[in-house]
Amino acid sequence: MHILKLIFRNALRHKLRTFLTILGITIAILAFGILRTLVNAWYSGVEASSSTRLITRNSISLVFSLPLSYKEKIRQVPGVKNVSYAIWFNGTYISEKNFIPNFAIEPKTFLELYPEYLLPEDQKTAFLRDRKSAIVGRKVAERFQWKVGDTISLKGTIFPGTWDFVLRGIYYGAEKSADETQLFFHWNYLNERLKKTTPRRADQTGVYIIGIDNPGQAAEISEAIDNTFKNSLAETLTETEKAFQMSFVTMTEAIVTVVQLVSFMVIIIIMAVVANTMAMTARERIGEYAIMKTLGFGGWHIAVLILGESLVITLTGCVLGIVLTFPAARYFGNTMGNFFPVFSVSTITIFLDIAASFLVGLIAAAFPTWRAVNIRIAEGLRRIG
Amino acid sequence: MTDTKQPIVEIKNLSKSYLRGIQTIPVLENINFDIPEGEFLALMGPSGSGKSTLLNLIAGIDKTDTGTIMVGGLDITSMTETELAHWRAVHVGFIFQFYNLIPVLTAFENVELPLLLTWLSRKERREHVEMALQMVGLADRMDHYPSQLSGGQQQRVAIARAIVTDPTLLVADEPTGDLDRVSAEDILGLIARLNQEFGKTIIMVTHDPHAAEKAHTIRKLEKGILNAHP
Repeated sequence: MHILKLIFRNALRHKLRTFLTILGITIAILAFGILRTLVNAWYSGVEASSSTRLITRNSISLVFSLPLSYKEKIRQVPGVKNVSYAIWFNGTYISEKNFIPNFAIEPKTFLELYPEYLLPEDQKTAFLRDRKSAIVGRKVAERFQWKVGDTISLKGTIFPGTWDFVLRGIYYGAEKSADETQLFFHWNYLNERLKKTTPRRADQTGVYIIGIDNPGQAAEISEAIDNTFKNSLAETLTETEKAFQMSFVTMTEAIVTVVQLVSFMVIIIIMAVVANTMAMTARERIGEYAIMKTLGFGGWHIAVLILGESLVITLTGCVLGIVLTFPAARYFGNTMGNFFPVFSVSTITIFLDIAASFLVGLIAAAFPTWRAVNIRIAEGLRRIG
Repeated sequence: MTDTKQPIVEIKNLSKSYLRGIQTIPVLENINFDIPEGEFLALMGPSGSGKSTLLNLIAGIDKTDTGTIMVGGLDITSMTETELAHWRAVHVGFIFQFYNLIPVLTAFENVELPLLLTWLSRKERREHVEMALQMVGLADRMDHYPSQLSGGQQQRVAIARAIVTDPTLLVADEPTGDLDRVSAEDILGLIARLNQEFGKTIIMVTHDPHAAEKAHTIRKLEKGILNAHP
């Protein structure tokens, strides 16, 4: 007979109470895990960004475009390896509920700068050759059951009209964090049509994407690019891709903060529930603890019994919660894929789940342990009978 | 009868009081007496006379206000809580009125409990426990949980737990208080046997004059004062 055996038997003494407490912890850990994954999904764009890419945009706002003529000047800035450009198209597929992030890009340089988007070689060649073609991410193709060769029609919002594309490729993310929910088509296709319909909007782009060799020089290169266009009609703001992505998250920071607060509130609430269970447990067994002390068991034995029981309960709930987090996250990812291109449970979230469970187990048992350890034997014995 | 023997317990000028609110209630006043080794002593007295408090003090589970208690030549009143816990584990066996077994442990595991504090191996522990349960006549019930045993059987398990470490002193607080007449007789016989056959020094608190008759010596406490030696 070992103390561990006694801990497990004690934990199962009130089966219903223990089951309900474990259920509460399971739900709390599940909620905590999903909320943390949601926060991570919010930052997925930031996490996926490369340190060797800079983004140049109009310094006034992203809404304002930049002249195409900037491309060559940017390329001449020391430290710049490659330059591509892209513009937010915001076309709608059939109706607004079918949201797909879509961009007009300069395909050759863009694909060079984003090696994490993997496209089969034949599809890549076909895409580069056909100016009216588009490529989509795997998740978009699965969502709309598109196949290579299908014609996709987008309704323009920023650029009015109906825009037809032939799907020439479906890209896959090389890493888990790569966004597979986008559609890309040729900037030239857009520009040619703008030249005919609204010439003043032609030869413009939304952002320049700049490839650099040395991330350590990002600040100097950014400054050099922005200085090149100082006092021009369209001054620029160049920043790392991470900072650029972060600026989108910052816009919704309040929501992220609320989600984070709620995730911690869940843990605090479950801590109160477990503390209540442990307080009841310790109060009921105060006589038994007095007996054990009478027999010569020390305070630390009693502490191990109470803390151990608390940890057995919380960690059981934790394991169940973690196991359930994966299918739950998959379900959320499938239903909210439009808004969160990456919705996967990170290792850090699992560690946070375990750490939170340990913390809940220890804190919840702290006061009952202190009481049980410090109660006088004679007083504890009086509670029996 | 055993006055010629060396005292195992020596109590000098012992006083104890409790605080009830702001009021100090004296429980024991200037107690002086010795208990010879191998003695079977019954402490009697009305409720609130201080007999259980005196037993707790001798067994080292409560602290004196003044005075000293020497047990086996050791001054237990000067020991720290940790020293006392260790001392109790080695030298004192406890028998309580309500048996006080751990309900989630079998009879075997309850008896084994004090041995977990020793360096005995698993095999040695098993031998000790089986011997103790055999002595109390419950070798065939060792896998039973307390709820599967009668009151008398539970008290026997408690006695086995008290003797399994082979302590020098056995203290029993109303050991038959919760038992029917037959079971009480049985338990008293067992306690008397431990004294007679194994030479254990036994201090028993009881209300029951019939139970006290089994003892060699009866001392009465009244309002915290120990009556003169009979």
